Amino acid sequence: MTDIVTIKDLRKAYKGGFEALKGVNLGIRSGEILALLGPNGAGKTTLISTICGITTATSGTVSVGGHDIVRDFRAARKMIGLVPQEINLEPFERVINTVRFSRGLFGKSSDDAAIEKVLRQLSLWDKKDAQIRELSGGMKRRVLIAKALAHDPRVLFLDEPTAGVDVELRKDMWKVVAGLKAEGVTIILTTHYIEEAEAIADRVGIIAGGELLLVEDKDKLMQRMGQKELEVQLTAKIDTVPDSLQSDALRLSDDGMALIYTYDTRAERTGITKLLSEVAAAGLTLRDVVTRQSSLEDIFVNFVKEDAA
Amino acid sequence: MNWTAIRSIYIFEMFRFFRTIAQSFLAPVISTSLYFVVFGAAIGSRIQEVEGISYGAFIVPGLIMLTVITQSISNASFGIYFPKFIGTFFELLSAPISFIEIVIGYVGAAATKALIIGLIILVTAFFFVDISIAHPFAMLLFLVLTTISFSLFGFILGIWAGNFEQLQIIPLLLITPLIFLGGSFYSISMLPPVWQSISMFNPVVYLISGFRWAFFDTADVPVFTSLLAICLFTAACLTVIWWIFRTGWRIRQ
Repeated sequence: MTDIVTIKDLRKAYKGGFEALKGVNLGIRSGEILALLGPNGAGKTTLISTICGITTATSGTVSVGGHDIVRDFRAARKMIGLVPQEINLEPFERVINTVRFSRGLFGKSSDDAAIEKVLRQLSLWDKKDAQIRELSGGMKRRVLIAKALAHDPRVLFLDEPTAGVDVELRKDMWKVVAGLKAEGVTIILTTHYIEEAEAIADRVGIIAGGELLLVEDKDKLMQRMGQKELEVQLTAKIDTVPDSLQSDALRLSDDGMALIYTYDTRAERTGITKLLSEVAAAGLTLRDVVTRQSSLEDIFVNFVKEDAA
Repeated sequence: MNWTAIRSIYIFEMFRFFRTIAQSFLAPVISTSLYFVVFGAAIGSRIQEVEGISYGAFIVPGLIMLTVITQSISNASFGIYFPKFIGTFFELLSAPISFIEIVIGYVGAAATKALIIGLIILVTAFFFVDISIAHPFAMLLFLVLTTISFSLFGFILGIWAGNFEQLQIIPLLLITPLIFLGGSFYSISMLPPVWQSISMFNPVVYLISGFRWAFFDTADVPVFTSLLAICLFTAACLTVIWWIFRTGWRIRQ
């Protein structure tokens, strides 16, 4: 697959001296869904804003469809649609007018059929004459997407499309994204939910501290991230792991009140059933059982450690 | 030039105008009518003629200028500040348009609205006072130039403003006094010599004088000086806008 977006050594330092992007290199493949994962302040939004022309880069280049975003900004931006993180809409405007405005702003002639298609695609056709303020939060987000799609962009940036959105709506959003991909639109979305990247992305990039730590096929990455921990909390303190339970995957917590078992969620057998029955057989009494997945932050810490090593 | 984009901005802004029609033009029309009633009919009848013109008619050009200038500034400054305030500004920045197209769209719409209001007030004036227009084309030229130049000024204000207070403060503290002291309601020649000289530093004096000349063929300053003043003011605003465009000041980080 060819790259539709090419980012070379992109740097952005804000006036205060804060370096939001420290030399990002990235090729985004035509037609893929790329999820950019990272904690708050990682530089995700700055990266998107720079590509879309909202902030200017300190150095480095970006081209979209072969058009440089500075020298040839008109051609580059015509290919791009942007759905911002915040719901930024004029409350008194009507849905159809605001979508029409976006299409015109991007230089496309007024085309009722095209507007209708976009509105139907996002299940907004019934609401076309409603004022924005009458819509629910989820609907407003759809309007933002409709505005971004009004000029038929080839590349769509979604900046945290599901932040603060309920589960049902999130799944809805994923369906919309899948539909767009089927039409050949390249999609770049930022998120800090691993599940989101897992659910829809083809590739995942991890950003932290203004650096792109890695970009990998989702399946490969999920294998690396698929480790989960099971904490078996005990009613009484123990000094050592009983001999019958000894294994590499099991360790005792620092306070001796819990056994911590690491397993792979993707493995055919997680070994949890066996572990629990063995715990009972060893005569230990359970107080509670907790599972947790290593958080994105943990993973970053690991990456940084690996980098340093 | 992306004319489709300019057209879209222009139409979108004009729609806002018609959506809030009461606020947009009923308010200025009513307040100006009140000026006509109070100063023109009630008090004006007791004031002697100014430069051979009845006082009620004499204040018409000044009143139109007062409204047109304040409307141009508030339309343009609000027009560009509002997207910044509610966050829709990102769309303008990410669109395949340059700053110049944004300026033409917003300033064009703001100037059009102010022009419409100015013409409505002129028509309203005919109901209250007896006036004739000596140089109709010059009158229109002054009106159009004024709406454009002060809309440019308003646009700069809207880009500069960081909150609603800042948006209001310049018109309130600077523009309104300049207009009131710029001869809207009196002739500069009525002032003591010292104040006449001081008034010459008020740019609005030249505008109102030129505009009044278009109506009554009498002026405080030569009409070409008026024309030159408004052209200089427009040029100054355009220079600032060019600078904003080059530097991205308050627009792009």
